[in-house]
Amino acid sequence: MTKSRLGATMGSLLKTSTSLMAAATLSVMALSDTASAQDQSVKVGFVTFLSGGAAGPFGVPARNAAELMIQSINAGTVPGPYNTPGIGGAMIEPIFVDENSKQKNADYLKLVEKDGVEMVIGYISSGSCKAIAPEAEKAQKLTILFDCGTSQIFEEIVTDPKYTFRTGGHATMDNVAAARYLKQQGVNLDSIAGINQNYAWGQDSWRDFSETVAQLNSDASVATEQFPKIYAGQYGSEISVLLTSKPDVVHSSFWGSDMEAFIIQGSARGIFERSNVVLVTGETAMQRLGPQLPDGTVIGARGPHGALAPDSELNDWFRKAYFDRFGTFPTYPSYKMAQALLGVKTAADKAGSAEQDAVIGALQGLEWEGPSGTVSMALANGHQAIQDTAYGTYKYDKDAGKPVLVDVVRFNAECVNPPAGVTSIEWIQGGFEGAKCE
Amino acid sequence: MTKHLDRTELGLLIALPFLILVAFILPKWIVNYVHVSMGTGLVALGVMIQMRAGLVSFGQGLYFCVGGYAAGLMAKFLGVTDFFVLLASGIVAALILSSLLGFLLRRYREIFYAMLTLAVSMILFGLLSSTEELGSTDGFNLPTPSYLGWHPEGETSRLTLYTLTCCVAIGCAIVLNRFLKGPTGYVNEAIRENELRVEYLGTSARQAVHITYVLAATVSAIGGVLWALPLGHVDPEMTNWTTSGQFVFVSILSGTGNIVAPMIGTFILEIVRVYAVEISPNTWQMILGTMMLLTIIFLPKGLWSLFGGKKKSGKSAGADAPTAGE
Repeated sequence: MTKSRLGATMGSLLKTSTSLMAAATLSVMALSDTASAQDQSVKVGFVTFLSGGAAGPFGVPARNAAELMIQSINAGTVPGPYNTPGIGGAMIEPIFVDENSKQKNADYLKLVEKDGVEMVIGYISSGSCKAIAPEAEKAQKLTILFDCGTSQIFEEIVTDPKYTFRTGGHATMDNVAAARYLKQQGVNLDSIAGINQNYAWGQDSWRDFSETVAQLNSDASVATEQFPKIYAGQYGSEISVLLTSKPDVVHSSFWGSDMEAFIIQGSARGIFERSNVVLVTGETAMQRLGPQLPDGTVIGARGPHGALAPDSELNDWFRKAYFDRFGTFPTYPSYKMAQALLGVKTAADKAGSAEQDAVIGALQGLEWEGPSGTVSMALANGHQAIQDTAYGTYKYDKDAGKPVLVDVVRFNAECVNPPAGVTSIEWIQGGFEGAKCE
Repeated sequence: MTKHLDRTELGLLIALPFLILVAFILPKWIVNYVHVSMGTGLVALGVMIQMRAGLVSFGQGLYFCVGGYAAGLMAKFLGVTDFFVLLASGIVAALILSSLLGFLLRRYREIFYAMLTLAVSMILFGLLSSTEELGSTDGFNLPTPSYLGWHPEGETSRLTLYTLTCCVAIGCAIVLNRFLKGPTGYVNEAIRENELRVEYLGTSARQAVHITYVLAATVSAIGGVLWALPLGHVDPEMTNWTTSGQFVFVSILSGTGNIVAPMIGTFILEIVRVYAVEISPNTWQMILGTMMLLTIIFLPKGLWSLFGGKKKSGKSAGADAPTAGE
């Protein structure tokens, strides 16, 4: 009898405690919502891949860089002109969201309306950017695309941007510069071949590269174009075709594990000796593969990032801080994230406020120094960044036991980017009208 | 009139004005999730009516994508922006494709059906991913729809689209409820229990499966159009197996007990995901996975058994097969 009564009391006690807990959680949630109302903080949404195939090579390095930069900016420990705490005096309060979602637009609107962010920085996949850019204009929320490569964003989708910015160069630059580098190094460009993944990035990269070569050398012919599917991992038959068609140059925009697989499988069969191989994103493999990457490979980093970044106090600080914290050197997605955040900081500091309209006004046409050099918002009415880029040739320094890049050539931003108002492919096919190369 | 409607249908009709009213009361971001959930919920419905016949489609994303792309292609190449024309083109495309594929698929059951549906959807994924004209894996954008010559903008446009989506989704649910209560619906249940006996009773099991397949395809394509229009973007990810897997996930989670279950299940899952991402952006899948495991262990008939299951199990403990329309 007493036992059962005890049980009943216990039961009701449990019930009340759970409802108390629920109430507590609710009030905590409410508290965290109101906390943003304090003057000195600004909520920023960060959207990158935190799961899925693109998380490892892109999303997580970008998030890591964001964490490092937010902490350093809030503490005011970034060197150079960035040594004041916060952006426009306000502390950054990040909200991270996974880009790997089927409902990207609904997630975006949730960030804007429920979380009340002042701006959104993110988006790695070009597909995401295509979907988000019109949404950002509709929602009238400052949105900074930091990585995605498609040139269509301001050329076709949002032709009159007000709220959308992109602080990274688009993919045209990488491939135009690759072709120019080969020409400058005196490489024979009569016969070219490509091995690229069969999706938008691979197709666009090959189109830009082959069209540029066709402009630079009217005798050029395409020996073969291979489009294996993404994450295939085995490239035996493609390598056979590349070997038998004997091209002078092999172009590849492979990234991450696909690129490493191609390097290991291709070098074993001598493709790197027979042809000059250009790896547009090769920089990420340098540290990982070391002596397995054959000497003489032409390496890019999608901009002057990583090993191709110019020497500067900011870059040295960034590399060291990143290495100390995460145990690896930053790759280009990390650089691009740092670049976006420093751009926002410069704009907010210039405007003296972290409010959306102030930042938009200051960011338009802005020029600032990132860890990989000067970035300038020169295109699309001051909404699209251009920056210099660089290519180098790989060499493994046996004595020092570390990889280096030799014959590094820098290209002016105006040399490898189309001028304002011209689409990339028109610019290439029209013979690079208006290009300023030294 | 009302006596021809069963409880579920009445409930759906009563829910319609409330569903529309939601757009004016709740914050915009929740309405957004309700809106897209109706699109994906219809596809889950398509998966669910096949489950009633014991068939698991692991490639329902195929028709989700066919609907979205059919509407997108009409807009991209013919410049059509009318909502009703776009919807109709999605339906027609799905009808043609599913009627043809049905001749193949109706001959297979169990794992073979699951694998074949998966295979067909991945063929489309491969085709679209290598088609540069259609933006490859990046997909392409859709315009803001117009309605019989009326071109609303901004908030009006959003609310019009939402209201129409509600009406179409509820309409589809009522039609499918009728279907499940009709002869073919009951034949489907019999197929799941014992296909051989169905044939001995003189009914063609293959024909019933074919009809179900076409119907599921059509409703999924409608879902695809309704999902793509508010998003304004389609890409081949719509027909990837991960998307199809999500529809199966929803159907299992919500149960096949009632036509409303997958619709509500989709929305609940969406909201759970939103909060899971908010709580732990790096490991939100673990929260969803745990929820899935707990549902399977404690509610083997899905979330719907929380609402409708008790009454029935009280009546007869032995008859555990869900009755159509309940």
